[in-house]
Amino acid sequence: MSASLAKHGLLIFGGAVAAFPFYWMFTTSFKEFSEAAKSPPALWPTSWHPENWVDAWQYPHTLWGNAFANTIFIATATTIGVLATSVLAGYAFARMRFRGRDALFAILLVTIFIPGEATLIPQFVLMSRRYLGWYDTYTAQIVPFLSTIFSIFLMRQFFRSVPQELQDAARIDGAGHLRFLWHVALPLVRPALITITLLEFLAAWNAFLWPLIITSRPEIRPIQVQLMQFTAEGGSRYDLLMAGAAFVILPTLVVYLIAQRYFIEGVARTGIRG
Amino acid sequence: MSAPARIAAKRRRVLFEHLEAYAFVAPALILIGLFHILPGIAAFVMSLTRWGVIYERWAWFENYATILDPSGSRFGDFINSLGVTVWYVLLTVPIEMAIALVVAYVLYQGTAGRAAYRVVYFMPYITSVVAAATIFEWIFDANFGFLNYLLGLVGIGSQAWLREPRGVFQMVGSALGASVPDGLAGPSLSLVAVSIFTIWHFIGFQTVIFLAGLTGISRELYEAARIDGADDRQIFARITLPLLSPTIFFVAIIATVGAMRSFTQIYVLTNGGPLDTTRTVPLLIFRTFFERTSVNGIGLGAAMSFIFVLIIIGITLVQFRVLGRRVFYG
Repeated sequence: MSASLAKHGLLIFGGAVAAFPFYWMFTTSFKEFSEAAKSPPALWPTSWHPENWVDAWQYPHTLWGNAFANTIFIATATTIGVLATSVLAGYAFARMRFRGRDALFAILLVTIFIPGEATLIPQFVLMSRRYLGWYDTYTAQIVPFLSTIFSIFLMRQFFRSVPQELQDAARIDGAGHLRFLWHVALPLVRPALITITLLEFLAAWNAFLWPLIITSRPEIRPIQVQLMQFTAEGGSRYDLLMAGAAFVILPTLVVYLIAQRYFIEGVARTGIRG
Repeated sequence: MSAPARIAAKRRRVLFEHLEAYAFVAPALILIGLFHILPGIAAFVMSLTRWGVIYERWAWFENYATILDPSGSRFGDFINSLGVTVWYVLLTVPIEMAIALVVAYVLYQGTAGRAAYRVVYFMPYITSVVAAATIFEWIFDANFGFLNYLLGLVGIGSQAWLREPRGVFQMVGSALGASVPDGLAGPSLSLVAVSIFTIWHFIGFQTVIFLAGLTGISRELYEAARIDGADDRQIFARITLPLLSPTIFFVAIIATVGAMRSFTQIYVLTNGGPLDTTRTVPLLIFRTFFERTSVNGIGLGAAMSFIFVLIIIGITLVQFRVLGRRVFYG
């Protein structure tokens, strides 16, 4: 009994540490400024100030509306792109026979080990006017991310588990690969599609370093870059800064709480560490 | 149908199947080739040039010589950053792994509300680093931060946390009245603060991976051990740990490489300061690269990132040798 009590005590303490920053963000975002910067801190707002959220949204030099529209646009475009490219490639690597298949797949395996810190500078140069001329555009924020090795692997893994008998039956009925893929295989790999959609959308939502260096016009920058600029300008207005952080965190938190199983299992299955 | 016609028809079909398959893989392969593989190769080529604002000239291994010349300032910067990086790994990876292992094991044993705990522990990991770092800046605030309030409750004075360049060993030493020489000052308090953030952010990831590994261990083994009269401690040491060792090994490698490559959290929390005490190698590379407006930032940055990649590979190989030997693969 006491062991189980200790166990729960430990887990609750850990959970409180994990959750506290979120709690602190939400409560601070509703506090009056003088109360936010008070010692000792107030654990619960004495008066609620939802207008903080409005003030943060309208803070001088911020373009939250643009930033959200940009992020939603970029995240949607990249997610659709990743789904399309990885379904096709994953299917081909799992279920089609063609010369060079295993060699191409081996190359993909190896390129996982090309580290981001080495490729960042050449990628930046590639976007410059001399080469692609994509600097400071949406294109630069979308096209390089339309395919990821991780999602190809995941799709291949799932398509391999589709029974061969189904494919044989489809072939006898005269269905080609495209029709079999669309009508039979895709519905069977739905969990993988959901996992990729959630993880890719999350990755695009949280994208920071690349948009920071590849854009300069505030109108086309995404929310994470906007939030960083806001933190720089907001100084010590922590009531407003916490509202800004809440803008960025809240949508992902809601989606996560609804679909947490797919997030957690997707990460457990692939071992991707951001 | 005649034999030659049959062969021709078969050829056409094989050709069509091949074209179809290539069409399926082409979009993915072209994108990955252009934006991932090509830059990987280009990184090495660029490290052999003088390239600032514009490409200047071919330079062979000049950049490498500049960085690795022990009398030059670039070498000092690089070694200093490497030291910070090593401290950062030591401050984060072992603690993350120990906590995650304990949490995963307790959750695995089956507690009421296991799913709820899992959701809460994983929450920080899906949160944007920029937004979470903004919250932690507030918690670490020197004047009104929550952490200083907690310290005050146990009678410890306020700290500057993210703005504190002094080494923690030195600070503890001077608090206890002992003087610690500068050489043993240890990582700065600001690096410790960044590490606290990192641990908070990644615990959930490692817990989930450990949990997946634990779930893979056959229940029958536990039952058999129990029938043979083994107690909890023996079961953990003789069954759980050995069978989980491949997972522990995997997490150790992934976490070490991930910590060495960390950028965003450090950039947002301290931008490498104060006094460069949190400037890990990725931040040094980033800064060198953005010096391109002055001299040779791209050439030097590319060379530095290549040296760093070699160091990471070297450390990973050492881990494989040292830890890999202890892994039990059933």
